[in-house]
Amino acid sequence: MDRLTVRIWRGDAAGGAFAAYEVAARENQTVLDVVSEIQREQEPALAYRFACRVGMCGSCAMEVNGRARWTCRTHVRRVARPGEALTLRPLPHLPVIRDLATDMAPFFDKWARAMGSFQPKDAPDGAVPEDFAVVPPGSKARREADAGIECIGCGVCHASCDVVAWNPDYLGPAALNRAWTLVNDVRDGAQAARLAAVSGDAGCHSCHSTQSCTERCPKGLDPSSAIAGLKRRLFWDALLGRRG
Amino acid sequence: MRGQLHLWVAQRLTAAFLAVAVAVHLVTIIIAVRGGLSAADILARTRGSEAWLLFYAGFALAAGLHAAIGLRAIAAEWLGWRGRGLDLLWLGLGLATALFGIRAAWGLYHA
Ligand code: HEM
Ligand code: SF4
Ligand code: SF4
Ligand code: FES
Repeated sequence: MDRLTVRIWRGDAAGGAFAAYEVAARENQTVLDVVSEIQREQEPALAYRFACRVGMCGSCAMEVNGRARWTCRTHVRRVARPGEALTLRPLPHLPVIRDLATDMAPFFDKWARAMGSFQPKDAPDGAVPEDFAVVPPGSKARREADAGIECIGCGVCHASCDVVAWNPDYLGPAALNRAWTLVNDVRDGAQAARLAAVSGDAGCHSCHSTQSCTERCPKGLDPSSAIAGLKRRLFWDALLGRRG
Repeated sequence: MRGQLHLWVAQRLTAAFLAVAVAVHLVTIIIAVRGGLSAADILARTRGSEAWLLFYAGFALAAGLHAAIGLRAIAAEWLGWRGRGLDLLWLGLGLATALFGIRAAWGLYHA
């Protein structure tokens, strides 16, 4: 059976180096299958992260041959030609804990800074609203919110964004995409504060619309357009003197 | 944050104006150079013309601000130059470059 060479970055926050492994090259194997096989049969101490294995939890992202990807839904034959090696690194732009496991805390801290949690308008302090809100599925705001809601928080877009590399404070595509879904949630009552939170150099105004995030998002979401929506909204708010 | 938002808004507004102004400028150049270009021809057009003064002064102001705000973004990303003090410096630089252009436009008007 053909062999597949896999180079895996091993180390921690202090630094590291690549180690090479070999596994059987199979017709059908995902990158995560390969990592699991190496961990189980060759390198028990290898650190990596996964949970669902079916593209739902967002925990398995890594850099695969130079690109951030979800590894559980990435087939080896789609990213490496026959005979080509697989090179795996931890997800860029986040602190490394060990080997292929990064610390996602700074990534989710940015969601919090972008006010990425729902703030019910008519039920403060987590109270249950009296009645269901009626939000017509065909309304423009609802469609904008729906377009970005399926984010699994994998961090692939954040890892693919140059602006994050240049400015670690930049909230990044995922947090801003989340904020845009909430800006379009007519039930939410924290719009002014949220728009203020996503404004400026650490927010949407640093985005250059290069669309790496959109191109790389495994869920096919379009954070770049969501950010453009935030910019448009803030532009007219500023020109017309509206606040929130 | 609001200052940063306003710089961004200013860059988009100046970009929109520059897009029109550059087109007007190019068309004017092409028309003007037909049959040779002389200082007298230029001055005949611009001297005493409030419309051209306003156009070129606005053009210079937009270009000065737009370029300075753009360079500010590049300096922040590539050199890590950030902060309110530097923002004011960029704004000053933009207005200073704009002033050179406005002085030239005034010269053409007033010559
Ligand atoms: C037709 C006229 C122009 C238009 C429509 C225009 C438009 C734009 C736009 C939309 C941006 C934002 C890009 C981004 O955020 O990624 C930008 C950035 C910039 N522009 Fe202009 N511009 C024009 C003329 C000029 C001129 C004459 C200069 C210099 C003298 C200039 C220098 C810059 C710089 C340095 C940036 C920063 C690059 C960046 O932030 O990515 N532009 N311009
Ligand atoms: S479009 Fe904006 S957020 Fe997306 S990768 Fe480019 S700079 Fe980053
Ligand atoms: S927007 Fe896409 S790439 Fe970014 S975290 Fe969400 S699912 Fe992942
Ligand atoms: S393991 Fe859950 S998305 Fe890959």
